Amino acid sequence: MSRTLSTTAPPRPTWQGLRLYSPAILVFLGLALVPTFASLGAENYILGLVTRLMILAIAAISLDLLLGHGGLVSFGHAAFLGLGAYTTGILLTEGVFQAELIVLAVIALSALFALVTGAVSLRTSGVYFIMITLAFGQMLFFAASSLAAYGGDDGLTLWDRADLFGTDLLHTRQGRFYATLAVLLATFVVVNAVVDSRFGRVLRAAKENPTRVAALGFDVFRFRLAAYVLAGTICGIAGMLSALQAEFVSPAIMSWQRSGELIVMVVLGGMATRNGALLGALAFVLLEVWLADLTVHWKLIFGPLLVLVVLYAKGGLAALLRPLTAEGRHG
Amino acid sequence: MAEPILEVKNLDKRFGALVVSDDVTFDLQPGECHALIGPNGAGKTTLVHQISGLLAPDAGTIHFAGEDVTRLPVHARAARGLARTFQITAVVPGFTALDNTALAVQRRSGTSFRFWGNAAKEAALNEPAREALATVGLEAKAHVPAANLAHGEKRALELAIALAMQPKALLLDEPMAGVGHDEGRQLLAVLARLKAHVPMLLVEHDMHAVFSLADRISVLVYGRILASGDPEAVRADAEVRRAYLGEAA
Repeated sequence: MSRTLSTTAPPRPTWQGLRLYSPAILVFLGLALVPTFASLGAENYILGLVTRLMILAIAAISLDLLLGHGGLVSFGHAAFLGLGAYTTGILLTEGVFQAELIVLAVIALSALFALVTGAVSLRTSGVYFIMITLAFGQMLFFAASSLAAYGGDDGLTLWDRADLFGTDLLHTRQGRFYATLAVLLATFVVVNAVVDSRFGRVLRAAKENPTRVAALGFDVFRFRLAAYVLAGTICGIAGMLSALQAEFVSPAIMSWQRSGELIVMVVLGGMATRNGALLGALAFVLLEVWLADLTVHWKLIFGPLLVLVVLYAKGGLAALLRPLTAEGRHG
Repeated sequence: MAEPILEVKNLDKRFGALVVSDDVTFDLQPGECHALIGPNGAGKTTLVHQISGLLAPDAGTIHFAGEDVTRLPVHARAARGLARTFQITAVVPGFTALDNTALAVQRRSGTSFRFWGNAAKEAALNEPAREALATVGLEAKAHVPAANLAHGEKRALELAIALAMQPKALLLDEPMAGVGHDEGRQLLAVLARLKAHVPMLLVEHDMHAVFSLADRISVLVYGRILASGDPEAVRADAEVRRAYLGEAA
């Protein structure tokens, strides 16, 4: 192929890429500055809050790969948060302190759980897919609740901290903050690259017209299963970060309400958009904190607000920012 | 006769008491356009669905390129080179015409389990896609989302997608359906050109298109092949005239 052929795609200079991702770039710059400003006051609170926010953003971005780009409404995504958190908690309790070993175990278990449950769930579609992913999530929830040796219903406090390659980087709030930021950035870059890739193109096409995609010769099931495993694994890592950050794990992390919240974040931010899931998680947590400050009945405000977003800002926050990012539908 | 590219033998399909395929046997020879005609409800689309794999027959076999594909799923048949178009336009509405076509190229050009690199910028996918679009006269609409194309343009896009697959045989389910007069003429010209490249099974109501394209015509009535032969023989067949052509005249 000669050089001139590369002009076949509409040219998209680098600055246009920067523009497309401008909201995320601003968010990441802001996040990088958080520790500096947090040192001015209420440091522990702010670092903890923002780390939690970033963990949920990782989970939401991974969910959007399924929900937005794949059209697969998984109502059990928090199960992977729980799986990652419990794997971390149990390993730390049992004396495995090497973070690099823990992360390998989390990746292996999350991928395996996603492979098995995905292979079953993806045989169904529509409401049945929602219900079966919910069922698998609940299964794991009750399994964790009955783990008497590891806290059962009450949860498990982690008395030990993980070492990253023999260092104490993850022992401080700041260290965990930067580790989480790094994973969030990697997740953002990887998921957006996957969406643009050959794989992502098949996944997105199958969302709109699976019959057509099968008639082209693609085994839609395999592509969806691979996406399910990838999303589950990323979310498992988020669960690990959550256990390290909170130094505590409990079944609440994988309640079905949490799965619902992750869906809300994606919808609030804008499904199948470049920046949506990140912005949605950010907005969700900040709104929660702000409204809970105003009143204990904050959910009475939050609910209608969400209805308004769904009704009037179709496409979520990303749609509101479209004049800024010039994001179009991509093929 | 040469080895047929597609061979359907004794195919039976029932929906409850309704017989939609009744001992259907026919074949498609290399280089041939074989038209399948018949009144509404004769079971033409059901037959195409069985050949492409969307529906499983109750009995009978389907051989494609020398292989028994009767039990293979849709994607496996397509991957072996059996392409089809749909009676009701089936494209990816949110993708541009170019991306729709490039996706078809992607299937036969290396693995699609590649998770990095912008697929929309791969010249190796876009160039053949552009050629296929040019063949059906859609070059100027390459960057228009499929949802925004006119009906006739969508029909042409279906053909471009099928072409881009470089199939060994093409199942065309009413490619002219709902197309206006001028668009129809263009599509017919495209189909005539396609005929030189790939054997086609053509299901069509437009008799002008059928008689100008087909080398052989089979008439399907109530799921049964009533007559089969070259266009002149079929046109002259009294039973066919009564069952089908007579209605139209």
